[in-house]
Amino acid sequence: MSNDNTISRRGLLMKIGILFNGLVATALAVPIVRFLLSSVTRGSVNAYLSWIPVGRVADFPEGETRLATFRNPNVMPTDGKTVDTPCWVRRVEGNQFQVFAINCAHLGCPVRWFPQSGLFMCPCHGGAYYRDGSRASGPPERGLFEYPYKVENGLVTIQAGELPTPGSPTASLLKKKMPCGARNDLVSIEGGKLSASSGTNPLFGKKKTWV
Amino acid sequence: MGVIAQIGQWFDQRLQLAAPVREAAEHPVPRNTASWFYVFGSAALTVFLLQLVTGIMLALIYVPSAGEAWSSLQALNHDVTLGWFIRAMHGWGSNFMVAIVLIHMVQVFLFGAYKFPRELTWIVGVFLLLMTLGMAFSGQVLRFDQDAYWGLGIGASIASRVPIIGPAAVKLMLGGPIIAGATLSRFFALHVFVIPGMLIGFVGLHVLMVLKLGINEWPMPGRLVKKTTYVAEYHELTKRNGAPFVPYAVWKDLFFAAFILLAIAACAVYFGPFGPTGRPDPTIIQTAPKPDYFFLWLYALLSLLPPSMETPALLIGPVVVIIGLLLLPFLSGEGEKSWRRRPIAVLTILLVATTLGTLTHLSGFTPWSPHMNAWSGDPVPQQFLHGSTALERQGALVFQVKQCRNCHSLGESGGQRGPALDSVALRLTQDQLIRQVIQGGGNMPAYGKNLSPAETTALVAFLETLHPVGQTPAHNAALDRGGSKN
Repeated sequence: MSNDNTISRRGLLMKIGILFNGLVATALAVPIVRFLLSSVTRGSVNAYLSWIPVGRVADFPEGETRLATFRNPNVMPTDGKTVDTPCWVRRVEGNQFQVFAINCAHLGCPVRWFPQSGLFMCPCHGGAYYRDGSRASGPPERGLFEYPYKVENGLVTIQAGELPTPGSPTASLLKKKMPCGARNDLVSIEGGKLSASSGTNPLFGKKKTWV
Repeated sequence: MGVIAQIGQWFDQRLQLAAPVREAAEHPVPRNTASWFYVFGSAALTVFLLQLVTGIMLALIYVPSAGEAWSSLQALNHDVTLGWFIRAMHGWGSNFMVAIVLIHMVQVFLFGAYKFPRELTWIVGVFLLLMTLGMAFSGQVLRFDQDAYWGLGIGASIASRVPIIGPAAVKLMLGGPIIAGATLSRFFALHVFVIPGMLIGFVGLHVLMVLKLGINEWPMPGRLVKKTTYVAEYHELTKRNGAPFVPYAVWKDLFFAAFILLAIAACAVYFGPFGPTGRPDPTIIQTAPKPDYFFLWLYALLSLLPPSMETPALLIGPVVVIIGLLLLPFLSGEGEKSWRRRPIAVLTILLVATTLGTLTHLSGFTPWSPHMNAWSGDPVPQQFLHGSTALERQGALVFQVKQCRNCHSLGESGGQRGPALDSVALRLTQDQLIRQVIQGGGNMPAYGKNLSPAETTALVAFLETLHPVGQTPAHNAALDRGGSKN
């Protein structure tokens, strides 16, 4: 063909037109993708986490585990009740606490505390945890998620803001080691007290007794 | 010429659609495809149209806001005239749609309709199935109640297990760090704009290919598909033994479609709408969330898989299944179509159906979940306390108070997480009972920290009485020989 190597004016204009549209599409893709990924990119530096009070120390009797709720720090006007988050607060003794996420470490269902048997039980797939949050039985592969906590001015404050999930247990951000396996497998029984126990808890690294 | 014909002609002069529509309607199909087995595709399309119509109606009232969605569903159920009926039609329509799509797929598989030249029709169909399931899940989220809220948590927990991108996928799915307003809004966008838009496009493509390539002929054992000869053979068949689709075959589609719509309406009237269950308030933790029926098998599977296999099964299983479905027409694109000569195909369907059916059945009574109220709700049956000593009765009290019955049944009441204990004394000796109670194991928590020695003694004394009359409890024979106790 004679015009194999030639290019018509219309043909060139069409190609420039396609190129022009490609450039505009690329330029527009930047804000679109940034908008779509905004919930991811913001969270990557733990921007969602902050310190939130869950109650006064006096609200939590020693040796007991109580349900507390806190309001998630990231609130949008349309969130309704969904930002009210429950958690289990266990006061070991004095200012020593354990604050567990409500979400089962298996698939996130709400675990319930049973003081009588000293177990957290999950209604969905049958996961169970001991009072210190370590795994007791069922499908979970680890213990309950734990929030880092501080006690300041008589207030128990936890670092929270994200839904803890098995792949992203951000609730345990500050903990070097999770309580999974922290339970003493050799059980000692102390007479007289219903739920007495003693042993070394690697979380706190010192000997203690709780009732 | 009548006025109506004149108006029709006016439009057709401009639209020029009458000829291609007539051609599509009257295209010849093999006579034996005018069968009741060939009605499921059109029924799925009919239910899809019903879902579009009822979905738009629901959107007139529904508010996709985490704070108000639940109340707007209550308004639909109770305040808006026939709102409950439209909700029920949409909910039952979704159940029917999943079921019909699956039946259609099984029929196409067993009749070898995915073979040459209909491979792409099958592949588009696989995507239609995935989109249907996507609609089913996102629809369940829009019914923003407790089940929806915790169901999202389960979805997030599964997504989080994907290596590397898991945590990011969770935030992308939830639209933020937690399940909240943004989560519902994005599932609304998916359920109402994104997936239906794709569905309409893919359904169009699917139907277009059925029209272009012709409906699959009734498979005859021994009539093999060859790429070189099939198209000519099919045309010969439709020429020799064909009949126009309208009206020869279409009347069965019409009858079945109407029957399905009637069945959906009947379910809607009789059973009513689905939920909403409790308010989506995470602080109400007295809830046992459950998925809708088409995901119940998954719920059962997640309870029964060994913990170590769960993440690989969750992440690799779906990928393998989807790739397998997509590759199917390439792996067996030629050859025998009739299910009479494809025993592996028939066995595959039976195996999958039995597995899904069994898992769904199990999820009806969740034997893996503790009965949270059994310890306070179900008294120890009297027959287990007849003639018992004070110590054994004390043990029965410990048994109740320590919530053993949340997981163990006695006299057929109580949880089924652990074995029934009606005859536990036949299986375990006194020492074994003590060890099991104190140290747990075999998926039972250890109760050593939670029982005093006196309580353990009483509990084991009670457990030792649990055996049928006339049968001797288990005992350690080694101790007999040594002459020591028991």
